[in-house]
Amino acid sequence: MDFDLNDDQRLLQDSVTRLLADRYAFDARKRYLQEPEGWSTELWSQYAELGLLGLPFAEEYGGFGGGPVEVMLVMQAFGRAIALEPYLSTVVLGGTAIKLAGSDAHKSDLLPQIGEGKLKLAFAHGERQSRYDVTDVLTTAKANGGGWVLDGGKSVVAHGDSADKLIVSARTAGEREDPYGITLFLVDAKANGVARRGYTMRDGTRAAEIALSGVKVGKEDVLGDPGEALPVIERIMEAGIAATSAEVVGAMETIHSMTLEYLKTREQFGQPIGRNQVLQHRSADMFVALEQGRSMAMLAAVSVDEPDPKERAHAISMAKVGVGQAGKFVSQQGIQLHGGIGMTEEYAVGHYFRRVMVIEHMFGDTAHHLARLADQVS
Amino acid sequence: MDLRFTPEEQAFREEVRAFIRENLPKDIRERMYLGDKASKEDIVTWQRILNKKGWATYSWPKEYGGPGWTPIQKMIFLEENLLAPAPELSGFNITMIGPVLIQFGTEAQKKKFLPRAANLDDWWCQGFSEPGAGSDLASLKTSAKREGDHYVINGSKIWTSTAHLADWVFLLVRTNPNARKRQEGISFILVDMKTPGVTVRPIISIDGAHHLNETFYDDVRVPVENLVYVENKGWDVAKFLLGNERTGIARIGKSKERLRFAVEHARDMRAGGKPLIEDPAFRQRVAQLEVDVKALEITQNRVVSAAAKQQDGKPDPLSSALKIKGSELQQLTTELAMDVGGPLSMPFWHKNGETLSNEPELGPDWASEATAAYLFLRAASIYGGSNEIQKNILTKAVLGL
Repeated sequence: MDFDLNDDQRLLQDSVTRLLADRYAFDARKRYLQEPEGWSTELWSQYAELGLLGLPFAEEYGGFGGGPVEVMLVMQAFGRAIALEPYLSTVVLGGTAIKLAGSDAHKSDLLPQIGEGKLKLAFAHGERQSRYDVTDVLTTAKANGGGWVLDGGKSVVAHGDSADKLIVSARTAGEREDPYGITLFLVDAKANGVARRGYTMRDGTRAAEIALSGVKVGKEDVLGDPGEALPVIERIMEAGIAATSAEVVGAMETIHSMTLEYLKTREQFGQPIGRNQVLQHRSADMFVALEQGRSMAMLAAVSVDEPDPKERAHAISMAKVGVGQAGKFVSQQGIQLHGGIGMTEEYAVGHYFRRVMVIEHMFGDTAHHLARLADQVS
Repeated sequence: MDLRFTPEEQAFREEVRAFIRENLPKDIRERMYLGDKASKEDIVTWQRILNKKGWATYSWPKEYGGPGWTPIQKMIFLEENLLAPAPELSGFNITMIGPVLIQFGTEAQKKKFLPRAANLDDWWCQGFSEPGAGSDLASLKTSAKREGDHYVINGSKIWTSTAHLADWVFLLVRTNPNARKRQEGISFILVDMKTPGVTVRPIISIDGAHHLNETFYDDVRVPVENLVYVENKGWDVAKFLLGNERTGIARIGKSKERLRFAVEHARDMRAGGKPLIEDPAFRQRVAQLEVDVKALEITQNRVVSAAAKQQDGKPDPLSSALKIKGSELQQLTTELAMDVGGPLSMPFWHKNGETLSNEPELGPDWASEATAAYLFLRAASIYGGSNEIQKNILTKAVLGL
């Protein structure tokens, strides 16, 4: 067992934390929200310079050979600042898709571009009817000469509005909810037949509804083997759960420290409200939940590369439940202990609360994963 | 970062597991599995087997007979012992009076008491709480007045677990009622339970069993050489004792064992025309507890790993989190085990006397005993510093409120 970070990991953690401390004060974040993309293109370049965008890719693709623990450190720092940039979509989800299913040509073409900040990706899998059912894919891809034609629609695609390329799942065989027959395609976001409606999520991050009508792609745009994408999709989502778990831990850290600060400074009945034992104990409960959540985010990170798919899925589901419940408790109490000010748009805690809420509803919510675990009780 | 145990630690776990499997008497294991509280005889038998192996004193320094284990090895040992399930070592002997005497005792005290504590030749109990001094321990009133070569003790203690089985008690007594601060007038003293003036009165707890007692001290004369450390410095000893050896505080092995027990018996019980184990609501409850146990296990491993690297030996404030979550999970898992039995868990079979030879046996025992464990462990969030006190500690130590 070893819970320590190595020197490189500490250096990475320090440099991300420093950059965000300098550039991601809450007021700065408000400005980034007003930019056309809904996030800071300038910081995106800085992430590239710092090596964050190529972090989990092999050196032969211009990356830094980092693993899930490195990603965890970055995402945790992003969570502390509730950073808005499409790191999860591009580097974690998109990057995982290409690493796992891409050909050598895909990797040597696309991964260096991601690392340099020149290519943004979005994972376009969920559909309006699918909720959390990963196999519920109605979008179709029909063979057409040497290539394919895509028709259908994708829903609540995180950062789908600013992505250069979309990773789209579509049925090349089978019926709705068949595990077999789903294929991943790389689709140029500006291709003919792709219509995107961008919007803002409840937490200020961007997403899009994507309509696909008669979108032509070549056979070189297929990621992996046709019909065999389900295991890849599951691993993309597992990587997403591990990354967002770390992000929630970061968000909880900030919520918790803001709440403590408030308990010490807000005075009522002639004394700081933190003198009230009921509030002290609530903050102790928040601390315990935060630490339990931190343990589970670590479990998620070290499980991303677990080779046994059953064991991996089990550990990741456990983490999603553990972090989901901790995040809900800490963020809800963060609002409660702030009282009225916590309800306001101008104050930061509500923004953290909403980020945690949005993450809870990604990749299957707590109830979904708890039900999965319940199926496996034996 | 690596959450896995090293191959050496895995091998150590196998070694411990194999030893327990081969040496734990079958009848004791059977009684433990049913959920019974171990009897004095069972605990003595098992502790002596472990002591012969050199493991009973698992947390003591090597020069006092400890095995020289790392914090992680100690944790593995305790978990395997609970998972077996085997009786737990006498906490009073091994994690309380032993380390206290090693730290504060005279050579004569060490020589007289340590080997006998290790082998459970002396059964120790703890006399701290009083009717008027529970969570506010420093308000204790039991007094000890110096008269020549003796202290004369008067007062009473409460919640004295196993006093009715004990040979010795370590007491906190007030030696200076006029001290500037209440904590500065307290001493730590060892009393032979056979001394004239010591009386033990049972307190039956809600599980129907006799673990607890009230103990009375009427002009009990104790030789001064039984004082530990310095007169009026007993609070330092008590603080050391309470902060010492938090490795096993969460008793995760117990919660795991109860979960496994619940799942096993759920195969034989019915719900909605099917085995209970197939009931989605039941499965969800198990899954939730598995998640919580897993999170606590990793948190405990973080604490233990940090302790292994830390030099100053200060207790980690996170151990309060381990106590809070650990006791909650013991309560939730024993509750689950009880609920598996349904109505069969509610009768108090033992109260109904001997079964006549022509009657079917009452039972099943496991259901009744599952309830006993549930009832007894309502105390888990009260003893050892109640969970509310733990939150006070967290508030001060970590949160700075």
